[in-house]
Amino acid sequence: MAKGLDIKDVNIYYGAFKAVEDVNLTINPRSVTAFIGPSGCGKSTVLRTLNRMHEVIPGGRVEGTISLDGQDLYAADVDPVAVRRTVGMVFQRPNPFPTMTIFDNVVAGLRLNGIKDKTQLQEAAERSLQGANLWNEVKDRLNKPGAGLSGGQQQRLCIARAIAVEPKVLLMDEPCSALDPISTLAIEDLIEQLKADYTIVIVTHNMQQAARVSDRTAFFNLKATGQPGRLVEVGPTRTIFEQPVQEATEAYVSGRFG
Amino acid sequence: MDDRGRSTGRRADRLFSFASQGAGVTVLVLVTLVCVFLVSQAIPALARNEASFLTSREWTVGGDAPRFGILELLWTTTAASVIAMLVAVPVGVCVALFITEYAPQWLRRPAGNLVDLLAAVPSIVYGLWGLIVFRPIVRPIEDWLSSRLSWLPIFEPTGITGGTIFFIGFVLAIMILPIVTAISREVFAQTPTTHKEGALALGATKWEMIHTAVLPFGKPGVISAAMLALGRALGETIAVTFIVSTLAVGSDWTWSLFNGGETFASRIANNAAEFDSPQKTGAFIAAGLVLFILTFVVNAIARVVIERRKAFTE
Amino acid sequence: MTATSASRAGAELSGPFSFASRTAYHVEAADVATEEPPKLTRGSAIRRVKDVVAKVVMWAAFGLALIPLAWILYTVVSNGVELLLASTWWTNSQRNINATDAGGGAVHAIQGTLIQAGVTGAISVPVGVFTAIYLVEYGRGRLARAISFMVDILSGVPSIVAALFVYAVWVTTLGFQRVGFAVCLALVLLMIPVVVRSTEEMLKLVPNELREASYALGVPKWITITKVVLPTAFSGIVTGVLLGLARVMGETAPLLILGPYTKNIATNLFDGYMPTLPTMINQDRTELGIDTAVDRMWASALTLILLVLLLNLIGRLLARRSGVRH
Repeated sequence: MAKGLDIKDVNIYYGAFKAVEDVNLTINPRSVTAFIGPSGCGKSTVLRTLNRMHEVIPGGRVEGTISLDGQDLYAADVDPVAVRRTVGMVFQRPNPFPTMTIFDNVVAGLRLNGIKDKTQLQEAAERSLQGANLWNEVKDRLNKPGAGLSGGQQQRLCIARAIAVEPKVLLMDEPCSALDPISTLAIEDLIEQLKADYTIVIVTHNMQQAARVSDRTAFFNLKATGQPGRLVEVGPTRTIFEQPVQEATEAYVSGRFG
Repeated sequence: MDDRGRSTGRRADRLFSFASQGAGVTVLVLVTLVCVFLVSQAIPALARNEASFLTSREWTVGGDAPRFGILELLWTTTAASVIAMLVAVPVGVCVALFITEYAPQWLRRPAGNLVDLLAAVPSIVYGLWGLIVFRPIVRPIEDWLSSRLSWLPIFEPTGITGGTIFFIGFVLAIMILPIVTAISREVFAQTPTTHKEGALALGATKWEMIHTAVLPFGKPGVISAAMLALGRALGETIAVTFIVSTLAVGSDWTWSLFNGGETFASRIANNAAEFDSPQKTGAFIAAGLVLFILTFVVNAIARVVIERRKAFTE
Repeated sequence: MTATSASRAGAELSGPFSFASRTAYHVEAADVATEEPPKLTRGSAIRRVKDVVAKVVMWAAFGLALIPLAWILYTVVSNGVELLLASTWWTNSQRNINATDAGGGAVHAIQGTLIQAGVTGAISVPVGVFTAIYLVEYGRGRLARAISFMVDILSGVPSIVAALFVYAVWVTTLGFQRVGFAVCLALVLLMIPVVVRSTEEMLKLVPNELREASYALGVPKWITITKVVLPTAFSGIVTGVLLGLARVMGETAPLLILGPYTKNIATNLFDGYMPTLPTMINQDRTELGIDTAVDRMWASALTLILLVLLLNLIGRLLARRSGVRH
């Protein structure tokens, strides 16, 4: 079910501005890959190119190839809508649709795909909410607005919403940065479980979090302000944190800058 | 900021505070005066009225036994305004979505300015254009509707070739379109990016994203935009006065939209020459009051919806 | 869940970083290879068609909205521009010119429109701006709420009702003549809410820090308002005033009731009729069979549009330069 991603010679632009240059990276299936680095180094930008969300920002474009299991995501006949269905995303701030109930939020993606059958939707909702460790907390109030949940619950609701459409890859853009420590723990546990079924890429500012949840870590950095971001080093998480090859990585993970 | 305590003793400070409070009180008194005066002028005229004010179509305001009622005015005003809304709200919302979501980046600002330009054209010009240029364009549509759907009372043919209710509705639609567009555009632009991206990340197409994120968020704004536009349509005077076909006294009543008939505003404007006695003027004022109440209610609804939305988004 | 928590607890004892247990990470190459590749090309036809239809509808709606605009402007410009190019249009009145005569100008009507707009502005701007200052800087409690509510009512008053009110007071009750000043009074009623609301918005945008910084220096409140708050919001207020004036200039309903037309130059607000562009248009509209009158009508409509647009344009330019932003 899970798929790997190959990123080759990727440059990312916003209009004339080159935001990220020369990224080469392989993301293994059924594992967690963490992107770390200082603010503005382009890690979120790279993440967004993995499901073509960067195109939502006017002027965003990509050079190079990104392929999912051998299929180029940027080939001419590829529909970004289909890409996003295959590569799901969870955002920094929980963003359940405010006018929808918990149930409607979870099945929003399925409804978009034309599934109208009630029992099918109910099954999918239960499966996804269970998959997101939220079922027991909300099963009695599925018809209440999603905005009434706590921040951590909302974020798990968003994860449930993302996995309801059964994507191959799940992208997470600092999913815990707006949450308290206990909710963060719940999400990290969930990530641990989800990687049995999904390929997960997570952007995080929290190095302990990267160390706890990821199998591989990619470190991004900028040469200087105004310069494009670059991938400095990638490897197994333990290596990056304990024996990095590059000095910049060493400095960053040991907390000497960033 | 309330530091009146600190500013006491300074004459200039008190003077300034007094001036601003005075201006506020002036407005308060002015509006109260308008209301009280209009009501006090209307009451004697209504008291002498021998017809039912709400259900009569007659309009003889002079003499010893005045008979006047607002039925025709009320019907024409609301029917034309509703037609205007039915046309302008969907189109205005689509134009607002075009400007905020669909137009290429370079086109967004000029497109918005163009629509605002439409709002800057004085209503008397709409009246002229409607009367002379636009009338022949709408005629065939009316003929078509009245020949195919004449079994419906609202599309019954009437033989009126000038300004029908249907036509007035269309001219009003063009006039209120910029209001609907401007307000809807503003609320659509405020849709949080996270909601839009949330929908797109689920694999929604652009239209589905708008349907799941933008429209639910903007709904209260669109409702209040529609209400403000309705308020404007109800009170529009000069354009309607130019194009309206007044009905002959004693003509048969019909529900047809292809009938003529006067609105509150055009009845008042067309008969300015009759304001020669307090009794006659009072009858027109009574009609004006009904219009005032109508627009007030509509505007109040709009304001309540806006306030609710503010509470919701903060 | 318990297993990972336990392993984490163990790892946290041993060093600054804990690492994910690798047990879950077991990729079977065969599994990946045999699975069906995800479909990334175009999905459901219905969804795509809906999306395209929506896009077409939005473009069409925009086109539809532009048609009347282009059409109106074309009609007015093509019919009216010729007379505007004659210098007499800007220097002469219609005195002694009959409906069937060509020639003459609109200077009497332009003057009337400008005078009335000017006087209306001169009355409503101070009242409106001071009311807004009261509501934002001083007003608390019931009086402020009542005033704010009254402004709301006033902004909903249809222009014909405002005209009717002034007529009932000025002519019916006080027994005065229908003069230019009566028109101004009706227009004042329409303009005050516009000025109050736009000024209020602008004053609210002035950051509180500015006021506090000024108070902290011991500056009295009224000087703070006149020297700090108002200048910061100035261009925004001017924009609101200009847009309000533009609306008032195009307003015709009060003129129909209170401001009869005359072909002569008249600049006295308190004596005799005062001609304006809308009433000049209205006059020639009654002679639609006569070419000279129709030409004159379009020309005066174009003149009115130009005046209103000019004010709008200045207002918008100022708004763009406005010092206060979110």
